[in-house]
Amino acid sequence: MRRLPLLLPALWLALLVAVPLLVVVALSVSFPAEGIPPFALPGRAEGINGEPFALLLEDPFYRDAFLGAVLVAGGTGLLCLGLAFPMALGLVRAAPRWRPLLLALVLLPFWTGFLPRLGAWIGLLRDEGWINTLLLGLGWIAAPLPLLYSWPALFLGMTHAYLPFAVLPLYASLSRLDPVLEEAAADLGATGPVAFLTVTLPLALPGAAAAFLLVFIPAAGEYVIPELLGPPSAQLVGRVLWGEFFQNRDWPVAAALAVALLVMLIIPILLFQRLEARR
Amino acid sequence: MLRRLLAATMCAAVLLPSAGLFPAAMAQQAPTLNVYNWSDYIDPKAVERFQQETGIQVRYDVFDSLETLEGKLSAGRSGYDVIVPTSEPTFARLIRAGALRPLDRAALPNWNNQDATLLRRVESSDPGNRHGAIYLYGSVGLGIRPDKVRAVLPDVPLDSLDLLMKPENAKALAGCGIAVMDSAIDVLPSVLRWLGKDPNSTDAADLRAAEQAMLAIRPHVRAITASGSILDALATGEYCVAMTYSGDVIQAKARAAEARRGVDIAYVQPKEGAQLWFDMLAIPADAPHPDAAQRFINFLLQPEVMAGITNEVRYPNAIPAATPLVDDAVRGDPNVYPTPEMLGRSFTAEALGPQAERARSRLWSRFKAGR
Repeated sequence: MRRLPLLLPALWLALLVAVPLLVVVALSVSFPAEGIPPFALPGRAEGINGEPFALLLEDPFYRDAFLGAVLVAGGTGLLCLGLAFPMALGLVRAAPRWRPLLLALVLLPFWTGFLPRLGAWIGLLRDEGWINTLLLGLGWIAAPLPLLYSWPALFLGMTHAYLPFAVLPLYASLSRLDPVLEEAAADLGATGPVAFLTVTLPLALPGAAAAFLLVFIPAAGEYVIPELLGPPSAQLVGRVLWGEFFQNRDWPVAAALAVALLVMLIIPILLFQRLEARR
Repeated sequence: MLRRLLAATMCAAVLLPSAGLFPAAMAQQAPTLNVYNWSDYIDPKAVERFQQETGIQVRYDVFDSLETLEGKLSAGRSGYDVIVPTSEPTFARLIRAGALRPLDRAALPNWNNQDATLLRRVESSDPGNRHGAIYLYGSVGLGIRPDKVRAVLPDVPLDSLDLLMKPENAKALAGCGIAVMDSAIDVLPSVLRWLGKDPNSTDAADLRAAEQAMLAIRPHVRAITASGSILDALATGEYCVAMTYSGDVIQAKARAAEARRGVDIAYVQPKEGAQLWFDMLAIPADAPHPDAAQRFINFLLQPEVMAGITNEVRYPNAIPAATPLVDDAVRGDPNVYPTPEMLGRSFTAEALGPQAERARSRLWSRFKAGR
């Protein structure tokens, strides 16, 4: 009877994680075929198909897609941390009666759909959008700035979408810090910035690491934002995977990309766990 | 650490609304008919009339790209009875995969209303025209804003792919915006034709030449995106040259005129010869209501129904008897109804083998990435 509560998560894990994962792995060593669905599972006669993984290794297009995804996800993670830290600090230090409202403001963007928010950015950034119209009207620019479909627009959209993922864990870790610690630092002669750098920041690091990871992991596979706001050259792994699946209907290569992405994302998580364990 | 991560993930998962799409409409009790067509691609009155005449309830669902259609069909059991795939690549591929049900001509008395010449051109995708009737067709060309183009290129003729493919022209137009639809099969053949090669060439040297020509203009291209997005952006004046489907340009032109924001749009059918495509009425092999599907297709193949659709969506249909019933402005526009001479110079894309298709998709990825 006592085991029952454990059974449920185990079932959850088996049904919703292990089984789909196995399907994807099997797909990644399947043979492409003309049919419905467009692949043939590996069999005893044919063996497995190593071509999808070989293709990932030999075509630099895929290497660049992974590299681009890591850079974009890492950049987004850092941008989110940079914005989330002062926000979380402000939340912790705000008067308790304001805190629920401020927290609600952080979460509010989640209440509207993801696509309308991206649509709003498109409306702001495009050539005849609000920003360009304003700047042209003020006479500051002679021709519209190409804001949309650019790397800055991509990072803007990514940071906007993932910022709450960074604020919440940081807020959680900062709110657990005992304010007495900073008072003690002040009593011992540390000025505000010194106390922040030597006391608050080191104690908030695990929270910051969690915040970074929470942004980095989904951002690495993101394909909607690069597609809608980014430049065509932003062929990141999520977008490439989508293309393999839908445009080229090469399900085995798409599955191989998914497996490779998963492996790539497991590495930082394992590293973090190591770090935590040593602490 | 992991526990903290998990807790935060759970709360994020609850807070974050998933952007997933609703599953396809599933079969229901008769008499219903599940139609899956392109968005903005029918005369609503036609569906209404069909429902009144037959008592069959139509459940109408739309897609905005062939990838969406093929993705849903590839999983099997889509639940749709009538779909509208484009001749190449999707229609041809579905036939080869055995995913379409051959039409029963005996149940389609209106079949012979279709133009025999146009039907013959679809035969490269569907030998014997066994699996599909022509719904609408069109060409691939350039949607342009003539005033903006004229402002930077006063003397360049506006009837040729030179406008986009000559690097000096593309460079001059980069400032006001160039877009290319994200579809190798709809762009590459025209580039090959512009180079004077066979549009369906699989020759490595030809493909290399096409790739070089495309990479030469790549720095000046602002967007490579789905044709549906190009339609919207073209209508709001985002681009001054966009390579896309004829009817999308004509729809964008109508929308821009309605908005009255001074955006004038024109369609250029390349004089080098334009790629023709056909959207086909077809029935999935596992359609739950194949008889109702046949009745719907037969209903659409009537001249007055087709004329209504063409008036609404501004794509030509393949029923000659419908032409006199189409509005003068639509019928007389050579960009909607190509002249016989334009048709003579046009070509269709052909199915390539898997090897050639992969080469083409690699080429296209390199074009998008710009290296």
